[in-house]
Amino acid sequence: MNSASTPFDSALIPEGVKRCSFGWFLVWIGILQVPLMIGAIAYLVCWGLALNQTYLNNNYPFGIWIAADLGIIALGGGAFFTGFLRYVIKIDELKNIVNFAVVVGVICYSAALGILAVDIGQPLRGWHIFWHANVHSMLTEVAFCISCYFTVLLIEYLPLVLENRQIDRVPVFHFFSHRLHEAMPAIAAVGVFLSFFHQGSLGGVPGVLYGRPFAYREGFLVWPWTFFLFILSAMACGPCFTILITRITEGFARKNLVKRNVIDILAKISGWLLAGYLVLKILDTVGWLSWAGQVGAPLGSFYANQPYGYWVLITELGIFGVIPCILLLIKATRQNQNILILACFLNCAGIFMNRWIMTVQSLAVPVMPFDKFFSYHPNWAEWASTLLWVWIGAVVISLSYRYLPIFPQEKELNPL
Amino acid sequence: MSEQHHEAHKHHEGHGTKYKYGMVIDLDKCTGCGACMVACMAENNISFRKDNSDKLLSNYWMRVYKISNGLPFPDTEICYIPRPCMHCEGHGHHHHTPCVSVCPAVATDYDQETGIVSQIYTRCFGCRYCMAACPYHVRVFNWWDPKWPEGMEKYLSPDVSVRMRGVVEKCSFCNHRLQRARNKAYAEERREIHEDEYQTACTQACPAGAITFGDLQNPEHEVHKLKDSPGAFRLLEKLGTNPKVYYVSSRAWVLKAADVYIGEEGKGVTHP
Repeated sequence: MNSASTPFDSALIPEGVKRCSFGWFLVWIGILQVPLMIGAIAYLVCWGLALNQTYLNNNYPFGIWIAADLGIIALGGGAFFTGFLRYVIKIDELKNIVNFAVVVGVICYSAALGILAVDIGQPLRGWHIFWHANVHSMLTEVAFCISCYFTVLLIEYLPLVLENRQIDRVPVFHFFSHRLHEAMPAIAAVGVFLSFFHQGSLGGVPGVLYGRPFAYREGFLVWPWTFFLFILSAMACGPCFTILITRITEGFARKNLVKRNVIDILAKISGWLLAGYLVLKILDTVGWLSWAGQVGAPLGSFYANQPYGYWVLITELGIFGVIPCILLLIKATRQNQNILILACFLNCAGIFMNRWIMTVQSLAVPVMPFDKFFSYHPNWAEWASTLLWVWIGAVVISLSYRYLPIFPQEKELNPL
Repeated sequence: MSEQHHEAHKHHEGHGTKYKYGMVIDLDKCTGCGACMVACMAENNISFRKDNSDKLLSNYWMRVYKISNGLPFPDTEICYIPRPCMHCEGHGHHHHTPCVSVCPAVATDYDQETGIVSQIYTRCFGCRYCMAACPYHVRVFNWWDPKWPEGMEKYLSPDVSVRMRGVVEKCSFCNHRLQRARNKAYAEERREIHEDEYQTACTQACPAGAITFGDLQNPEHEVHKLKDSPGAFRLLEKLGTNPKVYYVSSRAWVLKAADVYIGEEGKGVTHP
C-alpha cells in the first residue's frame, strides 16, 4: 500500500514515515466495512430478537462468546505484561513495542466488553453486576477488574492519540501528553495489579464450579488452581499475540516496524513462561484426575463424547503447548521468523483452546449419570458478532498505524 | 407440625430458626405420567411455545427423565426420575450452593430460614453463570418472550410473577404457597405452618403419591422418615452439592444407574 505521491491526509501522518495514498486507505477501510456490517447485523438480531437467534441452549448457556471472551482477554494480556516488563522490570528495549501492545490490549478489552454486551440476556440490566454485586462471585471480580483495567488501557492509549502531529501542536494537549508519559509507570503498575486479578478471576469462573467435575479445581484459599494457571498462561501467550499482530501489521505495511531483538526478547520470555505454565498445567491435570476419580468421574468419562475425545487433551498440551514452547526456547528456531510466527500462532491457539475447553467442554460433559451428551457449535450470528471485533481491531490498528507514532523504530528501520 | 416440636427445638418461622424444606421421591411409585410437570407449569406460569418438543430450548421446572436397565425383553425395566430443583445446601453445610455463590448480581439466594433457593427475575440480567454451575440442569433460560394462547393469560396464577425473556428461572418449591400458608397462619394467630398447609403443586398432583414434601428436619414430617429409609439417595452425592431432594428405590439397578458414574467405567453416560 506504499505510494510515491504525498497522501491527501499527509498533515496528519507522523513525520518521517511513508504511508499509502488516502484513496487506497479508504478502499482498505471500505473493504473492512463488509464483515463489519454483517457483525453489526448479528448484534442487532441478537439484541432485537433475543438469544434464540443463536445455537446456545439450556445445556450450553456458555458458547463461543464466553470462550472468546476468556481467550481474547488472555491474548490481550500482552498489554499488561509488556507494560510490566517495560515500566516495572525496566527492560528498556520494550519501549519500542509497548505502544503497539497497548493498542492491541485496547482492542482486546473492547472486544471482551462488547461480546459480554451481546451475551447477556438482558443487556440493559448489565449494570446490576456492579449495583447488586455478589462479592463471592468470580464474575463480579471479573466485571470490576476488566472495567477498571479497560479504563487504564484507555489512559495508556490516550498519550498515543495526543502524539498525533496536529493534536500535539496544541500546547495544552502536548503538556497533558507529556504528563501522562511521566505518570505511565504508575499507571502501568495499576494495570498490572488489575490484570493479575481479572486474569485470575477468569480462571476462577470455571474453576469454582464444583458441580462440574470437568472444570472444578481445588486450590489455595478461595482461589482454584485455574486462577493461577490463567494468569500465567495469559502472561505466556499475550506477548506472542503482540508479536503475531506486529508481524501481520508489518506484512500489510510491507516493511519492518520493530527491530528483531525486541521481538526476540518478548519471544524468549514467552517461551520460558509457557514452559512454567505447562509444568504447572500438567501437574494440575494429574491432580485434577486424581480428585475426579475420587468423586466417581474417571478420565474416560470426560473424553467419551466426540468431538471432545482424548485428542483435545493431546492437542492442547502437546501440539499447542510443548511444541511452541520448544520452538520459543531454542534460539535458532526462535530467530527464524517463519518458525517464530508458527510458534506464536500455536501458543495463542493453545491458550484459546484452553479457554474453550474450560468453558464449553465443561458444559458438554454430562454430569448426571443418566444425562445425555449434546453437541454445540456456534451459528452465523455468534460467529459474525464475535469476528466483528477482529474487523474493528483491524480498523483501529489501521487508523493508529497511519496517524499515530506507535512504532518508534519505524523511521530508523525505513529511512525515506 | 406440632406446637410441641417447635417449642422443643425453638423453631419458629421468622425468628431465626431453620427449616429445611425438601422432597423425597419414591422412584418405585413413579409411573412417569408427567402430571407433576403439567401441574408445575400451570402453577408457576411457565411459558411454552407452539412446538415445545426441543427440551434444550423449552422451559420446565420439573423434568421427568426416563432410564432403563438396558436388558432385552422380557427383562426390560424402566424407571422415571422426576427432577425438580435440588435446592442444594452446598459445600460443607455452609450454604455455598453451586448456583448461588456464582451469581454476580445476587439474583439467586439461599434462604437460611427455609433452605429454599430463590430466583429474583427482575434482578437477573441473564449471564447464565448459574446454569453453568448447576450439574442437574434445573435452571432454564427464557430464550423467547413469554406468550400464551389468546385468553389463556386469564388463567395465570396471580401469585407467581411472569418472567421476561433473557432471564433464568427454576423451581422455587412453590414458594408462593409458603407465603400463602404463612399469611393464613398469621391471620389465625399461629406461628407454625402445618405439614399439609404447605405442599408443592407437583406433590399434590402426583396420582401415585410418589412425591412427599415437608421439613426434612422435623421428625413429625413424613420426609424426615423417608429420607432415611433403605434405598434412599441423592443425585451426585459425591460432589458435595448437598441437595434437599432425596430419591428412594428398592431396585439395585436404579440405585446403580442414578449414582455418579458407576455404570460402565469410561462411558460417561450409563443409560441413554
